[in-house]
Amino acid sequence: MVPLSWYIVLSAVMFCIGVFGFLARRNLLIIFISIELMLNSVNISLVAFSHYLQSMTGQILVFFVIAVAAAEAAIGLAIIIAYYKNNPTIKVDEINLLKG
Amino acid sequence: MTLPQLFFTYFAISMTILSVLVVTRRNPVHSVLWMLVLFIHIAALYLFLNAEFLAAVQIIVYAGARLVLFVFVIMLLNLKKEKTEKKYQDQWPVGAGISLLMIIFFVLIMGKITELPALGKYSIEAIQSEGSLMTIGKVLYTEYILPFEIASVILLVAIIGAVVLAKKRIE
Repeated sequence: MVPLSWYIVLSAVMFCIGVFGFLARRNLLIIFISIELMLNSVNISLVAFSHYLQSMTGQILVFFVIAVAAAEAAIGLAIIIAYYKNNPTIKVDEINLLKG
Repeated sequence: MTLPQLFFTYFAISMTILSVLVVTRRNPVHSVLWMLVLFIHIAALYLFLNAEFLAAVQIIVYAGARLVLFVFVIMLLNLKKEKTEKKYQDQWPVGAGISLLMIIFFVLIMGKITELPALGKYSIEAIQSEGSLMTIGKVLYTEYILPFEIASVILLVAIIGAVVLAKKRIE
């Protein structure tokens, strides 16, 4: 039997790698992929909890996470394409139209 | 070390390596392809946790639809300059530091978890007697019917939003 904590540590490590990719990369697409990585790592921990607590809630939650993440990816990629049409770059440090 | 633990160790090590590969590749297409391998590993881990339905959804939705969407967008954008420019933003050491701190934080609070809630009624035997899909469907369409409906509205918003954002402006 694999202990529950192993799954949680794996999930935490994957999440933190995703955080690093999100904070450090310049390419907007890779940043999006990092978000996917973080969502998936959370899904792993939810399924693990669902299995070890013998409850169905975790799996249902993963189902909704997948649905909402699909919406997020579709909208986000559409925004990237719309931006790229006006201003052909996807480097986050060059996207500074608002001068923030 | 028992056989399941050995399997898990393989999955944990390869998934960590694959995650690092995903966030560090220069070419986004390579990133997406490593992501594909990673998703297949995650689906295998779901099978390990008796979540057959989610394993199938993981392969179909993530590997089948989402990554194809990513590859389409990469092909639509012209990323030739990518090969010569720097990969990381100037503040990347801060990002690395934050993610290291988060790993330490998560592992530290792991040790503090001593009490888990009471076990639910969906033991492996209960799921096996009814079937995995039947069980998840029953819970989804009774207890979680309102979130399910809201999810459908969110997906509708995503469909309309994506079309509105990506279409040509009509003068």
